[in-house]
Amino acid sequence: MNNFEYVHADGLESAATFMAGHAEAKFIGGGTNLVDLMKYNVEKPTALVDLNRLSLREVEEMPDGGVRIGALVTNSDVAYHSLISARYPLLSRAILAGASAQLRNKATTGGNLLQRTRCVYFYDTAVPCNKREPGTGCPAKEGVNRSLAILGTSVACIATHPSDMCVALAALGATVQVTGSKGDRSIPFAEFHRLPGDQPEIDTTLQHGEVVTSVDLPAIGFAGHSAYVKVRDRQSYAFALISVAAGLELTDGLITQAGVALGGVAHKPWRNAQLEQELLIGKPANRDTWHIFQQALLAGAHGFGENDFKLKLAPVTVVRALEQAAHEGAQA
Amino acid sequence: MDLLTTTAQKSSFAVKTAITVNGSLHELEIEPWTSLLDLLRERLQLTGSKKGCDHGQCGACTVLVDGVRVNSCLCLAVMHDGADVTTIEGLGSETNLSPMQQSFVDHDAYQCGYCTPGQICSAVGMLHEGHAKTEDDIREQLSGNVCRCGAYPNIVAAVKHLMASGQEGTR
Ligand SMILES: Cc1cc2nc3c(=O)[nH]c(=O)nc-3n(C[C@H](O)[C@H](O)[C@H](O)COP(=O)(O)OP(=O)(O)OC[C@H]3O[C@@H](n4cnc5c(N)ncnc54)[C@H](O)[C@@H]3O)c2cc1C
Ligand code: SF4
Ligand code: FES
Ligand code: FES
Repeated sequence: MNNFEYVHADGLESAATFMAGHAEAKFIGGGTNLVDLMKYNVEKPTALVDLNRLSLREVEEMPDGGVRIGALVTNSDVAYHSLISARYPLLSRAILAGASAQLRNKATTGGNLLQRTRCVYFYDTAVPCNKREPGTGCPAKEGVNRSLAILGTSVACIATHPSDMCVALAALGATVQVTGSKGDRSIPFAEFHRLPGDQPEIDTTLQHGEVVTSVDLPAIGFAGHSAYVKVRDRQSYAFALISVAAGLELTDGLITQAGVALGGVAHKPWRNAQLEQELLIGKPANRDTWHIFQQALLAGAHGFGENDFKLKLAPVTVVRALEQAAHEGAQA
Repeated sequence: MDLLTTTAQKSSFAVKTAITVNGSLHELEIEPWTSLLDLLRERLQLTGSKKGCDHGQCGACTVLVDGVRVNSCLCLAVMHDGADVTTIEGLGSETNLSPMQQSFVDHDAYQCGYCTPGQICSAVGMLHEGHAKTEDDIREQLSGNVCRCGAYPNIVAAVKHLMASGQEGTR
């Protein structure tokens, strides 16, 4: 690990001012991803700004019927919070399917959004990687890519975003609230993470120095019909190969609201709200509907060798999650 | 020679940090890049907490920070100013074992013992959290503690015994 300066943010403005003067500084929340990457010399910040003294630890109901989750609320506290487990069971289940209890106790909501890929080349400073060192190449395409993307890839990078929580947030249609020296912004979840394109070193649309202050959930939480299905190499404490978060609202067997997102397939949680409108809303909640939807959602998917199995696994996982959501209610 | 102290004296980055470990307050100058695990083991000579992977993957370094179980290898010590840390040494001693330690002994819940301090701190933290109800819950919620000897059945038995007795594992 390199040497670095350590400071506390005692307010959002002072944090922004410090960041403006330190191009290589980073915020730290729980540290479970950043410290790990610093130990590998993948991240080499010159200064760390500790956010933990900021008052961003509340889970609160909003006037619009939604719920605001402060950026410093730990993953455990979100998952077990009564408002979340009762109204957004999909989110609780996705969080509890990730990492370990110890890690969830430390990991924060903001940090989880900004965790980086688990691509093995990204972690190994002895080999090229466009995400770590732009322009050096992407050995994963012809190499170890079992866990990597099948959708939205670019010539430059085929990495996946590894978060479980974010897959549920995408399906729920959350909003990320951020603040920085240029003021406050609300970022729709679909626009928070980005595809790699020719700049795989940039994971999100957050600017340097901007702090995530909260994640806001909309009023509709799919409490009646939702499922999080995570397929992985072992039953616990393993990243997703494929995961699907599915939420439905049904009236007389017809779908009135839907949110479906996939993890483990792309550089960001994979959701297509327009296809949901066209192929799910107003349709009967049955296997034929799931099948037609799955085909459209996964159109254009392609593998890179080791991860070819995902081309078969993704469709059945989407169908299974929707079937579970429709029939078993809030089950994992 | 205490390498960490020597470099700390030279470093302009060191941060004053007051941290309570097993009931004793330590007022220290700590380099920001020191993990809580390294502070405990190298500087405070509390070698009960183990370094298995140093990357959050094994749980051998699990300690309780303000009663909450975390991986001390991924904690920066300077982020724990004012914190109250409990390690395996703080749970009990050879002559006065805590209930969880005693239950591990009674159920033969270790082989080489390397993962055991982390297992015990994690199990104590889990009972305190109070979300585990069944044997399957215990397995799931202790999955962050890897045992390469495979002592899992007896670990689960030890924890289940204590859970059934309604105790939390600390004295
Ligand atoms: C062994 C292991 C297994 C894991 N398994 C899983 C898994 O199965 N599923 C899963 O989803 N995750 C898994 N994780 C990842 C874990 O969820 C993340 O490490 C965690 O969510 C990161 O949160 P943090 O608060 O610790 O982030 P930090 O490490 O503190 O920060 C991560 C990044 O976010 C930035 N940041 C933090 N907070 C803010 C903020 N408020 N505003 C702006 N920037 C911010 C930091 O600058 C940094 O770049 C695993 C991790 C480990 C080590
Ligand atoms: S897939 Fe992305 S992260 Fe992995 S080696 Fe290629 S450029 Fe790097
Ligand atoms: S040493 Fe901390 S988790 Fe392995
Ligand atoms: S007893 Fe040997 S690693 Fe668990």
